[in-house]
Amino acid sequence: MAAAFSRGRGNPAVTDRLRARPMNIVVCVKRVPATDSKIKVAANGVSIDPTGVEYVLNPYDEFAVEEALKLKEAAGTGSVTVVTLGSAESQKILRDTLAMGADQAVLLRDGGTAHDAYSTAECLAAHIKTVPHDVVLVGKQAVDTDNGQLGPRLAGLLGLPCITEVLKLTLADGRFTAERDIEGAREVVTCGLPAVITTQKGLNTPRYANLKGIMAAKKKPLQEIDAAAVTPATTVTSLAMPPERPPGKVLGEGAAAVTALVDALRNEAKVL
Amino acid sequence: MSNIVVVAEARGGKVKRPSLEAVGAAVELATSASAKVVVVVVGNDLAPAVEELKTSGAHRVVAIESPAFTNYSGDGYAKALMEVIPGLDAAAILMPHSAMGKDLMPRVAALLGAGMVSDAIALHFEGGRFGATKPVYAGKAYQKAMADKSPFLATLRPNNFEAKPGSGSAEVETKAPSFGADQLAAIVTEVVAAAGDRVPLQEAKVVVAGGRGLKAPEHFHLVEDLAKAFGPGKAAVGASRAVVDAGWRPHREQVGQTGKVVAPTLYIAAGISGAIQHLAGMRTARCIVAINKDPEAPIFKVADYGIVGDVFEVLPALTKAIEAATKH
Ligand SMILES: Cc1cc2nc3c(=O)[nH]c(=O)nc-3n(C[C@H](O)[C@H](O)[C@H](O)COP(=O)(O)OP(=O)(O)OC[C@H]3O[C@@H](n4cnc5c(N)ncnc54)[C@H](O)[C@@H]3O)c2cc1C
Ligand SMILES: Nc1ncnc2c1ncn2[C@@H]1O[C@H](COP(=O)(O)O)[C@@H](O)[C@H]1O
Repeated sequence: MAAAFSRGRGNPAVTDRLRARPMNIVVCVKRVPATDSKIKVAANGVSIDPTGVEYVLNPYDEFAVEEALKLKEAAGTGSVTVVTLGSAESQKILRDTLAMGADQAVLLRDGGTAHDAYSTAECLAAHIKTVPHDVVLVGKQAVDTDNGQLGPRLAGLLGLPCITEVLKLTLADGRFTAERDIEGAREVVTCGLPAVITTQKGLNTPRYANLKGIMAAKKKPLQEIDAAAVTPATTVTSLAMPPERPPGKVLGEGAAAVTALVDALRNEAKVL
Repeated sequence: MSNIVVVAEARGGKVKRPSLEAVGAAVELATSASAKVVVVVVGNDLAPAVEELKTSGAHRVVAIESPAFTNYSGDGYAKALMEVIPGLDAAAILMPHSAMGKDLMPRVAALLGAGMVSDAIALHFEGGRFGATKPVYAGKAYQKAMADKSPFLATLRPNNFEAKPGSGSAEVETKAPSFGADQLAAIVTEVVAAAGDRVPLQEAKVVVAGGRGLKAPEHFHLVEDLAKAFGPGKAAVGASRAVVDAGWRPHREQVGQTGKVVAPTLYIAAGISGAIQHLAGMRTARCIVAINKDPEAPIFKVADYGIVGDVFEVLPALTKAIEAATKH
């Protein structure tokens, strides 16, 4: 990788090995319903009915795992630890990331608490503080709650810089340079290590686990620990289907309908 | 009496419109919670922005100004806010769900040990508690959450709340942070504006989006022409994932679950089938228009108005009609 090569003169591979500093990476991952799932509200009125829902590794977390593996490969030494806060049902996604190449996994057992963004961050930060972390990688958002809070929250709790929704990441001379999209522009952000990075689609192409990886994953360590007891700061009071949009009108066919459309937009919808 | 605090975003001396919407939302919330609205803005050379915020409906404006804040820094801005917010008796803290809001507010929430709802489309004050409703599962459901402790934070979806510019006259206070640029950990070193003076997709009042029905990238000028017809600074071009994946359009134009979420006043979908992942990005638009040659296309189920027809015929005609309509 260019980042590693830029560190010294002479044979880059040798120089790099001589100077290699282990890169210890923590990746936070979440088990979520597949994005094509049909969502039904459960009888309790606050959560979804899991019947028939297929659960997968959060798609944005795949980019985080891939980036972690690339960073470790570039450093030549270090470890990738994958952490989730959840129940025993989350073992499957942890094994999936081990099959991709992560070295070890940690399941923080939530004991059935309905965690919100606040308590999730508190639990994960409490654990991450106890393990070496040069980089913490998380997805830009979990596609169930669509919160997008964990990355900057963790950074706040750990006292680290954070770059969110990263599309391009380079490491040179011990500093990250990242690119991210903001409204109407591309931002270039830099920070030192350790840092929290949240991953956006486009950052990389996550590798598929091959058979060898899947076999190896079965033997890799998966540790289970009780998460810190933290009370959430918010309570979900209802989950409901979005209000139906009132049935629309087909105003006609072809260019002949344009007049009727402009008239409706101006006089009925009043949006012109 | 407690305060509703709005963190406003100023870029290049201008207050971004979603921030004025957040002040509008705060004023409404403050009415039901009998609170006052305090706007806090962080940056450098804030005088023009402060001038604008004075009449945004807020009671008070606090500007945290420093050359260190010429460019955005997530940890720097959060640190600056933490020097001010604890003294503001904040019951709720609001900011737009913009690139900056998404980066900054969760960090502030963590530092305050507070709960937060992101991408809120409605705010609540019930029985002394604050809360918000947000789309979850890519907009397939709406979740309402109430805060169990104070303060409560929320980022607000742009284009969803009403700005009330030109109201009130806030008192202004300018402060300097206790720290300088050397204390910032992550810093923006460069902002590369997208070519031209296009309106950002998420802030545009009108979005004209094209899909595979346009048949080839060279036909997208039909979509661009219609967007232009609305007048300068009004409309943005959007795209379905199918045409982004095909390389016809850049990813920044993609609307949907893996693209941008937009809530314009008017969304025009041309040659887009209306897959659930596309709907996730636009279903909260105020008015949706669909142009599709297939009368069975799912997009017609969410559209307020539909034209069954060929985009190659309908788009040029609609462009002419909009040009004429926006002239008077
Ligand atoms: C995990 C995941 C995430 C996704 N995220 C997104 C996302 O963020 N955004 C997104 O858009 N999609 C997303 N998709 C893809 C989505 O499922 C659809 O494949 C995509 O939206 C289809 O794009 P389209 O409507 O342009 O193409 P098509 O589905 O091919 O539709 C083309 C439409 O054009 C009409 N048409 C054809 N010719 C003409 C003509 N001459 N005049 C008028 N109409 C015509 C056709 O009737 C058809 O309805 C995602 C999919 C997955 C699995
Ligand atoms: N329960 C969890 N356990 C571990 N990581 C999580 C958990 N929830 C969220 N994350 C991580 O935080 C990212 C953003 O999630 P969120 O803030 O919930 O949208 C996800 O992409 C994950 O990487």
